Amino acid sequence: MFRRSGGQCVATFAHDEVRVLRKVAAEVVGLLTDGMDHTDPVVSRLFPDIYPDLPEDSQEFRLYTEGDLKTSKIDQAGAILAALPDEGEGEVRLDGEAAEAWLRAINDARLAMGTRLEIKADTDLGEELDDAVLEDPGSSRVFQLSVYAYLGYLQESLLNALPEIR
Amino acid sequence: MTIVWDDPVNLMSYVTWVFQKLFGYNKEKAEKLMMDVHTKGKAVVSTGARERMEMDANQLHGYGLWATVDRG
Repeated sequence: MFRRSGGQCVATFAHDEVRVLRKVAAEVVGLLTDGMDHTDPVVSRLFPDIYPDLPEDSQEFRLYTEGDLKTSKIDQAGAILAALPDEGEGEVRLDGEAAEAWLRAINDARLAMGTRLEIKADTDLGEELDDAVLEDPGSSRVFQLSVYAYLGYLQESLLNALPEIR
Repeated sequence: MTIVWDDPVNLMSYVTWVFQKLFGYNKEKAEKLMMDVHTKGKAVVSTGARERMEMDANQLHGYGLWATVDRG
């Protein structure tokens, strides 16, 4: 988890955390670089229609903006990969700009996973996880839910490690 | 106007931070807007000319917030 130290946001990640974060960031990059399917709920959550009742106007706006938006999301996820050690454990130190890229990238990853996991406003993550463990402790859902919860804590710790705005 | 809709994933602290960062709102105003989104399901976060609203919504999408434009 992140803490504030010497004007930077600093975290020490264990081997497993590095592996999970690299995997998550690479999955976001993959999702954005493969031909994006706008009927995929994850894609429509990351790139919402700007005019919900006017599909043609939304489409036209998308034409002009989606390329840049996609590039910035790929760069953000790239900032996570760039700051992490290639493998093994290690310390990550982020200046203001890198911390912002991490926050945005973690958020994109949580949006993608939360949409796939069908997280709702009244979802109790602890209960979901208990149910999934009871069903099959080795399932992909257990892993995905754990990673989703972990990313939430990590994002919150990074927000708390930022200097106060005004 | 630009509208931000409630969603079950974004952290309340993150949404507040985005409003401060993007619009330069102070913490009090940003938190009030965030609570409006959270409790009422949506909130108007900025008003102005159409191009400006489209730019705001697009930037909000960059931060992962669910934003739309209402021409009123």
